[in-house]
Amino acid sequence: MRYLPLSADDRAEMLRAIGAPSVEDLFVDVPEAVRAGAVFDLPDHQGEIAIERAFTAHAMKNLSPGCAPSFLGAGAYRHHGPAAVDALVQRGEFLTSYTPYQPEISQGTLQALFEFQTQVCMLTGMEVANASMYDGATACAEAALMAARVTRRKSVLVSGSVHPHYAEVTETQLRFTDVACERLAPDPVGVEDLIGRVGPDLACVIVQTPSVFGRLSDYSALAAACHAAGALLVVAVAEPVSLGALMPPGEMGADIVVVDGSSLGMPLSFGGPGVGLFATREKYLRNMPGRLVGQTVDVDGRRGWVLTLSTREQHIRREKATSNICTNSGLCALAFSIHVAMLGEAGFAKLAAVNHATAVKLAQGVATVPGVKVTTPAFFNEFAAMLPKPAAEVVEALAARGILGGVPAARLFPSYPELDNLLLLAATETNTEQDIDALVAALAEVLR
Amino acid sequence: MAKIYFSEEHEWISVEGGVGTVGITEYAQTQLGDVVFVELPEVGASIDKGDDVAVVESVKAASEVYSPVSGEIVEINEELADAPGLVNQNAEGDGWFFKITLADDSELDDLMNREDYDAFVEGLE
Amino acid sequence: MNDLPIPASAAPGTVTGNRGLTVEEPLIFEQGSAGNSGVDLPEPFDVPSRLGGLARKGPIGLPGLSEPQVVRHYTRLSQKNYSIDAGFYPLGSCTMKYNPRLNEKVARTPGLGDLHPMQPVSTVQGALAVVHALAGWLTELTGMAGVAMSPAAGAHGELCGVMAIRAAQEAKGDARKVILVPESAHGTNPATAALCGYAVVGIPADAEGRVDIAALAARLGPDVAGLMLTNPNTCGLFEREVREIADLVHRAGAFFYMDGANFNAIVGRVKIADLGVDAMHINLHKTFSTPHGGGGPGAGPTVLSEALAKFAPLPFVRKTGDGYELVETAAEAGPERSPFGRMKGFHGQFGVMIRALAYAMALGKDGLRQASGDAVLNANYLLARLKDTLTAPFPGPCMHEALFDDGFLKDTGVTTLDFAKALIDEGFHPMTMYFPLVVHGALLMEPTETESKQTLDLFADTVLALAAKAKAGEAEFFHAAPRLTPRRRLDETLAARKPVLRWVP
Repeated sequence: MRYLPLSADDRAEMLRAIGAPSVEDLFVDVPEAVRAGAVFDLPDHQGEIAIERAFTAHAMKNLSPGCAPSFLGAGAYRHHGPAAVDALVQRGEFLTSYTPYQPEISQGTLQALFEFQTQVCMLTGMEVANASMYDGATACAEAALMAARVTRRKSVLVSGSVHPHYAEVTETQLRFTDVACERLAPDPVGVEDLIGRVGPDLACVIVQTPSVFGRLSDYSALAAACHAAGALLVVAVAEPVSLGALMPPGEMGADIVVVDGSSLGMPLSFGGPGVGLFATREKYLRNMPGRLVGQTVDVDGRRGWVLTLSTREQHIRREKATSNICTNSGLCALAFSIHVAMLGEAGFAKLAAVNHATAVKLAQGVATVPGVKVTTPAFFNEFAAMLPKPAAEVVEALAARGILGGVPAARLFPSYPELDNLLLLAATETNTEQDIDALVAALAEVLR
Repeated sequence: MAKIYFSEEHEWISVEGGVGTVGITEYAQTQLGDVVFVELPEVGASIDKGDDVAVVESVKAASEVYSPVSGEIVEINEELADAPGLVNQNAEGDGWFFKITLADDSELDDLMNREDYDAFVEGLE
Repeated sequence: MNDLPIPASAAPGTVTGNRGLTVEEPLIFEQGSAGNSGVDLPEPFDVPSRLGGLARKGPIGLPGLSEPQVVRHYTRLSQKNYSIDAGFYPLGSCTMKYNPRLNEKVARTPGLGDLHPMQPVSTVQGALAVVHALAGWLTELTGMAGVAMSPAAGAHGELCGVMAIRAAQEAKGDARKVILVPESAHGTNPATAALCGYAVVGIPADAEGRVDIAALAARLGPDVAGLMLTNPNTCGLFEREVREIADLVHRAGAFFYMDGANFNAIVGRVKIADLGVDAMHINLHKTFSTPHGGGGPGAGPTVLSEALAKFAPLPFVRKTGDGYELVETAAEAGPERSPFGRMKGFHGQFGVMIRALAYAMALGKDGLRQASGDAVLNANYLLARLKDTLTAPFPGPCMHEALFDDGFLKDTGVTTLDFAKALIDEGFHPMTMYFPLVVHGALLMEPTETESKQTLDLFADTVLALAAKAKAGEAEFFHAAPRLTPRRRLDETLAARKPVLRWVP
């Protein structure tokens, strides 16, 4: 039992000090019948060799995107993580520390989170950001609740540009509150009229850019309409790398920006854990969910950082808290922040440029396949393509050829048969020209 | 001449000409410690006695402030936004929270005078 | 904000402000030079832009640093953190146990750590097998009918459980109005109940630190949807009448949510289904040793009784013959299930699940039982060593954590906080302070099973020596603590009155 330091002698000596005959006697408050009846059909302890072997066996049953040309997006994007990021994140002082409630011995985490908050403000064009939420989808739901608190209004409108997981999590989170959630149908080509739906009862409109179909939109006019009606504009971003190339939501007039940060710093890990970035205007600070790190001084007058404004949080405000969130995604926020620090201004801009150019190259390639039409006019690193047959079948056929050839829109929107032939394709800096050629050739073969 | 009343929730109200000025008591501010933020009601809001109208926050605690009377909010202490420490420095003076019209003077009968309040606080310790 | 003293100017004694291994480190924005980068990227293809006129016009504002500068910055920051790798962390209720490195290694296995969540299900059968295997461990260890694997943390798991309760009550025709929560509960419990549209009503503790059953029975009624009860409770005590509590709750037509934050005390010894529980979240970052990471990520899978399991959220993994399917929609879930919705993007905290499964396999059923036994033994040993000097409000034995109040500091001029800060100078992380709220000036100590007797003895000796110092009238010593840390006590009032939440140029 390699994780347990007590020896048999230790245990005996400690029991003597306690005055208990056995460890079992310490469980005297647990009903005896319950203890006696607990039989577990589980294996006994195992060594490292057996456990590594078991996980390798699981891994062999998967097709790793690292071993196949991969064009998957739909809210998760495969980027290259610099080796230094994972090495730093695995330092025990970061990995195995607790939430920084004791600031004198947590300045490392606190300063890193203060830097993270600053980076999030810079990237989104907003004024204040918190120290992270679970992921983009849950941050979106928290934004809806916050908008209802700020406006004291009871209805939320979710655009068809929004990833269905974000929309469903928001809907679920609001389901048992007094805030109503209206979801619009998926909008691949950008025909929905959001401005016409903004009214005096609306707490917020939630949109996404790039949209779940890759579309880019300028939401400035929508922001103005929201503000004229006393509503907030919430902008969700599923691909933070896009912020290096695109006008930030803050410049469009967004009131709350939520971002899924998992593109930067952490492995895809089958979609979790990720990290939710959450930014807003300073005037809404007190209504914001999540932890905040603030700058201050110590008794010697030296600059330092603390968790602050915690009276918004559940451990103090209990049922009146802005959110029930406690543990969030501290280590993922750190990983995100280190990756952004590694990139720097020039690197971030170039990463975004490479992503965009690779996606344009991909779009040019698939457009040459007979019967395939790229339907997204302006995009960042992901776009939609209409195929002559159901995309799910095509994706399976491509997988059989060792290519992860995009995400069928039908997987996201199964109840909209008109989207059955639509395929979402993403490209990043990890894709080569050979990858693109392989996909184009295989796609032509599958569709022949 | 203003007359001052106290509630069991540690608010004071000083009444003059049909308008009450409300704040928290000296005892309340010592219990709270350094006040860092005060959330005030909107001017024009119509309030029932006992409604939670304001929140006063220290670093580690947040307390609701309940209106000792019914009426309409006519003024709030804008200075608290930049200087919440006024509540600590002068809770029963410059650290006032809001002014409210009195819808029903008889509600004051449920409140304590200074002497009774002091005795009430003594009983808590 | 930048008129605050710069770091190097203030630290005493040295030219740089550094003190040996403790090195002052400016913000990353105060370093580097524009144009530098720590990443070399391929050149973009020469293709026309298709950004549709929405290109960013101004710079982001990030500094430019090379790789060695970034590595040094974060290495220096890391050296200002306490951690379980480096020392004892007796934080009650937080379960700061050792985080095995094997868990980190297997989570990075190629073909697991790098999987995309939207790959065709035929290409992720091994990943679904991992989720299914961990679900099997959790249901077998608890004896419960089902488990929702997607919640991202403990509070998220609570939300899952209470949403399932609300969905089940609505299915019976009346959502009801109230959730009962004992006064000693974690703050997440009332916050969660409020998010599900429930009013929160507190239930007092009895003189022994346990739920007052008479008060509970008196408050139960047709308006009560459920009870949220932490067990072992936040005083470190097992609610010995838990079966009676469950029966009372069920007789009132309500559900019993057991907060599983302290499941580590009884894992491998008790099947919580036998206690009459309807729902419980399991903090994988506590009981199953996944790292806290300075505040997450965690995971909060939520086990559910037969009555609640059909309401579990999407998505979930289902075994089919020789493979697995990933059920992502209500239609795929089938008529026997009524999922209340979706709680998270994609499929849950897969990376955390891998680590938890590796831990469960490493300990096995025998090791988990030994672990909970050692956790309880260690806590009772601390209680035994300290109770004659510190004041223990409730008699033992305790479970995995030992609770003291500040009675022993009465009239010393030393507060619980001062006492804790003095422990920092001695090289220990403080215990949990001022929680639970049911005792005055609480000190809650949870040693966990991964501490040696030698560590516990040194800690106990230190606490006893400090208590003697406090009683000897040396209050000033405590007020000035900590002295030996990268920063001394920080001005939290200033931080809250004039919030500075980001760097500005």
